[in-house]
Amino acid sequence: MSAPIIEARIALAIARKDAVAELRGRHATVSTLFFAAIVLLLFGFALGPDSARLADAAPGLLWLAVVFAGVLAVNRLHLLETDDGALEQLALYPVPRRAIYAGKALGGVAVMLVLGLVVLGAVGVLFAVDIGSAWAPLLATVVLGAIGIGAVGTFYAAVTVRLRAREVMLPLLMLPVLAPLLLGAVKATAAALAGDPFGELGAWLQLLAAFDVIMIVAGAATYGYLLEDG
Amino acid sequence: MKTRVLGLVAFLTVATTTVIGLLVVPADLNQGDAQRIMYPHVASAWLAYLSFGVTAVAGIGWLWKRDLRMDSVALAGAEIGVMFTFFAIWGGMMWGRPIWGVFWQWEDPRLTTTALLLALYVGYLLLRRLTDDPERRATRAAIVGVVAAVDIPIVHFSVEWWRGLHQTATIASPDRVLDPAAPGIFVLTLLGTVGAFTLTWGYLMIRRYQLAQLSLAREETARLDLLMSVRSAEVAR
Repeated sequence: MSAPIIEARIALAIARKDAVAELRGRHATVSTLFFAAIVLLLFGFALGPDSARLADAAPGLLWLAVVFAGVLAVNRLHLLETDDGALEQLALYPVPRRAIYAGKALGGVAVMLVLGLVVLGAVGVLFAVDIGSAWAPLLATVVLGAIGIGAVGTFYAAVTVRLRAREVMLPLLMLPVLAPLLLGAVKATAAALAGDPFGELGAWLQLLAAFDVIMIVAGAATYGYLLEDG
Repeated sequence: MKTRVLGLVAFLTVATTTVIGLLVVPADLNQGDAQRIMYPHVASAWLAYLSFGVTAVAGIGWLWKRDLRMDSVALAGAEIGVMFTFFAIWGGMMWGRPIWGVFWQWEDPRLTTTALLLALYVGYLLLRRLTDDPERRATRAAIVGVVAAVDIPIVHFSVEWWRGLHQTATIASPDRVLDPAAPGIFVLTLLGTVGAFTLTWGYLMIRRYQLAQLSLAREETARLDLLMSVRSAEVAR
């Protein structure tokens, strides 16, 4: 087998391990989903009850809820590894570091994808936004957003997981870096919902894709250092 | 000694350009005295970016060479960069209030980018404080510093797309440097202020680096003392 295929298999094995742990325990998904739902409700209280105003703000509220819940989700995924020295075991595997990063990130992206889709549905219901008519660009936005948050989150969770103050430090480090993603995803969602009157949707999706690629490369290149002595 | 001379020269040039900027150069016809804020503002913004560039490069240097001196340079860059970023934002807000009518202008991409810059590097400094082991601290900081530096252009680019353009950069466009719309005295004052601030920056960087090296040495001594006391307690037993 050639090296890229082996690395892909390693990544899939690590992602599968996370998926099994998640399906058995449901640590990350369920609690973060509820958190996102509560955030949406509170946004409703903060900006409502004018439904036109809420529908206007819906793209921003959607992505704020996803990003905030995403911080919790990636933290939980990495907390799994601190039990019983699992992170040290992971670091000792004689495999390329980027494969380990890809595996952990894949798990993070999967959780973010579920989260993003459910929150999108909830926004459609709660804020009376018609998501059915623009489902294809919305799906693309959620996928690209999930990849970005998963890629960045995996990386920053690895930076902070061994800190005492990780609950504060993870969002503090991660949220400013996610600012371009938030901006692009909100703009893409708003454009998709409005039927893309200015033809800007493609540009925002490209921005998201570029962000994803850059952050994946940065994460894959540096994750090894974090595993070894971060 | 050389550093002390540099510090003295830096102080004198900053004092001189302050006097020139406040008293010698005439006020701008449109913006009045508020325009004088521009001199330290532009200089601070330039040094903020320079500092964070130094931090990123020094971070890569640490990962590559495993030399803690690199990490001291990175720390100096981040700390001094945060200071100049704060100056730049503060100056921008003081200028924005009379000229734009508001302290904070969401439509200006550089203001919002700079605010995120501040958040990124304050996080960097906090992360450093929370890690005790020098090598671990250097690695974590280096990686966060590099990713932050990678993020800055994306932030800037996306914010620029996000809202229409405002005041475009003055120095960056080459035709305005060759044929400045502003009279020569404004340009000279700006360049003088930038030069004076950069000298100060160099002085501060050297001093902060020396301080970082000293505190590393002290950490090391404390660690050895601890080991010695544990060892002697064992021997005594």
